[in-house]
Amino acid sequence: MRLTCPFCGNRSIAEFSYYGDATLTRPGSNAEQSAWVDYVYMRDNPAGPHSEFWYHEAACRQVLRVERDTRTHTILSVQTA
Amino acid sequence: MAEGGLIDRTRPVRFSFDGAQLIGYAGDTLAAALLANGVRLVGRSFKYHRPRGILSAGPEEPNALVELREGAAREPNTRATVAEIFDGLVCRSQNRFPSLGFDLMSVAGALGPIFAAGFYYKTFMWPAAFWERVYEPLIRRAAGLGRASGLPDPDCYDKQSAFADLLVIGAGPAGLSAALQAARAGDRVILAEQDLALGGRLLADRRTIGGKPASVWLADTEAELRAADNVRILTRTTITGVYDGGTYAGIERVADHLASAGGLPRQRLWRIVAPRAVLATGAIERPLVFGGNDTPGVMLAGAVRTYLNRFAVKPGTRAVVFCNNDDAATTITDLLAAGVEIAGLVDSRSELPEPVRELVASHRVKVFANATVLEASGGKSLKRVSLGGQAQGTTLACDLLAMSGGWNPAVHLGSQHGGKPVWSERIAAFVPGPMPPGMQAVGAAAGQFLLAEALGTQAAVGAETDAITPLWQVPGTRGKAFVDVQNDVTASDVSLAAREGFTAVEHLKRYTTLGMATDQGKTSNVTGLALLAALTNRTIAQTGTTIFRPPYTPVAIGALAGAHRGPHYRPTRRTPGHDWAARHGAQFIEAGEWLRATHFPRGGETLQDATNREVRSVRQACGFCDVSTLGKIDVQGPDAAAFLDFIYANTISTLAPGRARYGIMLREDGVVFDDGTVTRLRPAHFLLTTSTANAAPVLRHLDVCRQILKPGLDLCIEPVTDQWAQFALAGPQARRILAISVDPATDISDAGLPFMGAVAATIAGIPARLFRISFSGELAYEIAVPAAQGGALASVLLEAGAAPYGLEALNVLRLEKGHVAGAELNGQTTAADLGLGRLLKKRQDFVGRALSQRPALLDQERQTLVGLRPRAVGRGLQAGAHLIPAGRQATAENDYGHVTSAAFSATLGHAIGLALLRGGARHAGQVFRAVSPLQGSETEVEIVAPVFHHPGGHALHA
Amino acid sequence: MKFSIRSVLSQAMQGQTGWKPQWRNPEPRAEYDAIVVGGGGHGLACAYYLASRYGLHNIAVIEKSLVGSGNVGRNTTIVRSNYLLPGNIPFYETSLKLWEGLEQEINYNAMVSQRGVLNLFHSDGQRDVAIRRGNAMRLHGVHAELLSRDEVRARHPFLDYDNARFPIMGGLLQQRGGTVRHDAVAWGYARAADKLGVDILQNCELTGLRIEGGRVLGAETSRGYIAARKIGLSVAGNSSRVAAMAGMRLPVESHVLTAFVSEGIKPLLHSVITFGAGHFYISQSDKGGLVFGASVDGYNSYAQRGNLPCVEDTCEEAMALMPALGRLRMLRSWGGIMDMTMDGSPIIDRTPVEGLYLNGGWCIGGFKATPAAGLCLAHLMARDEPHEVARAYRLDRFATGRLLDETGGGTNMALH
Repeated sequence: MRLTCPFCGNRSIAEFSYYGDATLTRPGSNAEQSAWVDYVYMRDNPAGPHSEFWYHEAACRQVLRVERDTRTHTILSVQTA
Repeated sequence: MAEGGLIDRTRPVRFSFDGAQLIGYAGDTLAAALLANGVRLVGRSFKYHRPRGILSAGPEEPNALVELREGAAREPNTRATVAEIFDGLVCRSQNRFPSLGFDLMSVAGALGPIFAAGFYYKTFMWPAAFWERVYEPLIRRAAGLGRASGLPDPDCYDKQSAFADLLVIGAGPAGLSAALQAARAGDRVILAEQDLALGGRLLADRRTIGGKPASVWLADTEAELRAADNVRILTRTTITGVYDGGTYAGIERVADHLASAGGLPRQRLWRIVAPRAVLATGAIERPLVFGGNDTPGVMLAGAVRTYLNRFAVKPGTRAVVFCNNDDAATTITDLLAAGVEIAGLVDSRSELPEPVRELVASHRVKVFANATVLEASGGKSLKRVSLGGQAQGTTLACDLLAMSGGWNPAVHLGSQHGGKPVWSERIAAFVPGPMPPGMQAVGAAAGQFLLAEALGTQAAVGAETDAITPLWQVPGTRGKAFVDVQNDVTASDVSLAAREGFTAVEHLKRYTTLGMATDQGKTSNVTGLALLAALTNRTIAQTGTTIFRPPYTPVAIGALAGAHRGPHYRPTRRTPGHDWAARHGAQFIEAGEWLRATHFPRGGETLQDATNREVRSVRQACGFCDVSTLGKIDVQGPDAAAFLDFIYANTISTLAPGRARYGIMLREDGVVFDDGTVTRLRPAHFLLTTSTANAAPVLRHLDVCRQILKPGLDLCIEPVTDQWAQFALAGPQARRILAISVDPATDISDAGLPFMGAVAATIAGIPARLFRISFSGELAYEIAVPAAQGGALASVLLEAGAAPYGLEALNVLRLEKGHVAGAELNGQTTAADLGLGRLLKKRQDFVGRALSQRPALLDQERQTLVGLRPRAVGRGLQAGAHLIPAGRQATAENDYGHVTSAAFSATLGHAIGLALLRGGARHAGQVFRAVSPLQGSETEVEIVAPVFHHPGGHALHA
Repeated sequence: MKFSIRSVLSQAMQGQTGWKPQWRNPEPRAEYDAIVVGGGGHGLACAYYLASRYGLHNIAVIEKSLVGSGNVGRNTTIVRSNYLLPGNIPFYETSLKLWEGLEQEINYNAMVSQRGVLNLFHSDGQRDVAIRRGNAMRLHGVHAELLSRDEVRARHPFLDYDNARFPIMGGLLQQRGGTVRHDAVAWGYARAADKLGVDILQNCELTGLRIEGGRVLGAETSRGYIAARKIGLSVAGNSSRVAAMAGMRLPVESHVLTAFVSEGIKPLLHSVITFGAGHFYISQSDKGGLVFGASVDGYNSYAQRGNLPCVEDTCEEAMALMPALGRLRMLRSWGGIMDMTMDGSPIIDRTPVEGLYLNGGWCIGGFKATPAAGLCLAHLMARDEPHEVARAYRLDRFATGRLLDETGGGTNMALH
């Protein structure tokens, strides 16, 4: 699998670390604890297009927001976070 | 044969098989050379130990597997049809005792009916104890074919990446045409061919292209491709896997055909990235299913032609051709040209097509149409075949049976992304279905078996047809009719599987093991599922195929591992002070990827003696220790302070410039992540330290939090772990020793550089950062200098009178002070567990705040940090021991926690430890049993506060 | 027909014609007392125990494809109970004890082979952690042994002792751990459950759940609607997709784990070995192939296949452990969908929907749990309360903080 980093170009997935679901919004510090449990633990985990974060650890250290189909691994889009 | 073939008769090659010394020629495969020497018996089958001969001429070979080479270089299960002979090659047959010709285990064949598919699921259950003690050891000894040497692989392996616009997989006529076309159009092309030479079937069949021998076209094409600078040709290279993102794995056999690799890697893994690929992998011939179809001398017709035409070898003297298609009939011409007698052509079709009728007429060959072979017999070597169908009752004497049930396009790579192949009635075979992105199939791989189709040009190629009438199992056969020869799966096994309800093709595979041998079912999968379809009243299309996965052919594990072997498995990171320490007698240990000095033994000191001495030197005078491995991260910017308040659980923004503070950071789930020191060098410039193990994870965490959670903040984050050498200097004499080398302009008095202060300084001319922080509880500093000066600084400190100490002493010192470290920050403990709960900010948001307040994380019965001291003099403490209240049994119910860290304290003269104990400080003064049933030991301990030395911390402020 | 040496011999003489399908292929009925969703190891074991121990025979297992086509047919066959946490040890030990009696109980040779599971360690820190775990096991009455480097070498001379980047210091051995033939487990439980009247409905995919008033009424499937007041979900990597049918989100990410087998060779390795300077594990099957793997690729996936970097990493670890592997060839690779939970431990619990039960979150360790997970799910479904040894596997533990994190990895999947 490869990602086209907007800064570095097309690179192997081995250069990146995965940071999971990119659709989550960190609750405000006064939010109910259940909102926090949701944020840290609960996931949609879809079989299909998935919006997720990848961190280009081996190179530019930028976080990318990637849309990828979890059934086929097809990369649908890559943007900066 | 004296003439013909692509071998070099000027270069004879000596090799041995089962001790027999034989001669072949350069260009021979081991199989060709064996056949040339009249060797027809090459192995014994897996289950029944039946005699086996060479079936094919390619990597699809299921029978001719040998142990190649000797000693540590021995490779079991090597295909003789792929191995190229070299002078001095030694190989042995497998899976037979005492010899290939006389194998005691062939008695298993007589017991055949018992050993039907799946028999082991139905028995070996009584008595229960016999499974492991009797049955299984026997089964394990009988299983497997070749023997591993068990010795370290003596060869080295290499990896290389390559990028192209187009990857052409296979250099037969279709692949070569595709490569040529793309190269001329300006594409960067990589052409990968598993054989040692380009050409595919053109090397095996006598064809003409444009009225000339195909070898001319081949030579011209190869010359053009080699001359093009946008084409890379890889031979002896098998593309084994198609991965995502246009990534392909290829294995090049760089030195396998040489007597010794010399300086070359034995094999090379190619990581090829190409947005487009052409699948030109050709097709693999299918056997037919009839009794005794595994007898040595029964071969695939296309392979017979390969041996005749390419290797100038006669695989027999009197042949029968048995087929259901036009292609096989061309074998007759080649056999006759080589002087082999033809006993007859047996064709299962009732109406023979015109080209075939012409062929047999012109050669005056006996034809048996609408007929089959019921049984091939002869034991270790074919002697005769008995016919059926219209020729029922006829027996033909022969020593070679060239059979063909048709051709299966090699669709594997095209199906590795889950796209199932599609059944084509016209050729009675599967062709590729939906392929991985960017891939298309050409030639025989696409089901286009005619040379004219493969070339895609109008060049005249002579008459050719691809007509076929499917014949899956010969009706009325006698004896064992094999489908998967290597795993000894017969047609009746397929029937049995269907009878027992294993009617899905995946179940058939797993229940009978059809297709699971080293040949991966290349000559058996399609036949097996066709038989299954017939048994279950479904079409072949409805039955479908099993899933295709990498590797396409088996790959040496060494090739996938590459050069990261032995000491190079992971990088070795040495600190700036490493060489200095080595020169001064340090012993080292792995700490992650780092090497860290554990101690500096003098004379014949043991580890414990040296550690005790080093601890005392710190407590009584002054020692210095290389702490360069701690992570260091530079954070700068107007919003740096606010960001660090968010990252750390305690407050950072109140830190004054020139001051340092302990920092503890949590994971978002409220568990402690890491701790370290935060120094504010200037108002908008901070320096963080992390534990050694967490240097990279903490940097990741900062980057991710900054970019995803706090994108609006203005700051920069840079790792500087490798840029600075850092030494701790600790002990009552530390200031005096420092004063010897620090520049006089820097005030290091207690007032000038108070506890937790930081200042820039010069030490013996080296620019440095000086931090007055302490891990040991003594008056102490940490000195950071540019990495290149690390050794120089160590020399300066030694000169000034400080004594070096290593990791062991460091650990004792921090334990004496009660500092938590990796064993306590184990990913399961909270700040409160470690007695640091009071540091957490009460109102402001920080990572981990919300979930750290979950009920179970605040529970009073949690295991929290305590200190331990043995009650009896001279007793040791063991990390990993569990704590049981005194007088209670050592059971799970009475398990109150465990010892996290333990060491002998030279300062106190007894062992000390830290532990996580249910109820923690509530048990102060109580006696517990520290038990280690695993080691058969236990010690009585008293629960004490987790600080053993200078509990008031007065030495820090000296 | 009972499986025994007698039936094998007599059938051998009759050309194997007397064998019958190992389980029926019945038509779905309109209603059952209970449905188990998922015809893998756990689901089939659950159905078997529901019928054999809890007296529920009018039950069905619905499986979207074929019996045993999911992770039970794809794993590396290791069984063990060498866990650290008190919430885990009794469960896995229950499972191991069930493995030990399984073949006799279901009359199917699953080749339960307890030749030892050895966890190597390569540093003082790792050794201390191993000692902590070994002691936890011993305190629970589960035998474990600490082996010195020399003792490891005596048992396994082919590992790298002299040239290793991270030298082996010793190992923690559970002698009762080992391997089991995975396909036989699925088929064995299927046959045994079928014999007790359980309907196994293959090619029957769950497409929806009918829920009214907070209770489950039945299952919508590709073969029609089937009513049932008790439905147990046991679908491994597809847990989130099925839970979504009940409007639930789970603390689960589905990841791909790739595993490998080598060509068959004569016996070389007689126990399961795990490598401490990585995540690698290896054993040798009764067919002669070396079965090995390491950790997940590290990203959400339902594709059942992974990528090249993970293959290379796994083989690097293989060579670091045992340099003799270089000459042996990888024959097959395969991938599964692993339901990775946020603390690395499973969920066997009721759901907010009455009558709907969840067994999932098995991460990369579900195979060894097969008998106990089946038993505990059966108990939960039959009695509507957790089995004693599965009490810690609650869905609400993420909210309460009562997590079961064996390795301290938190939500980092690669560390579980």
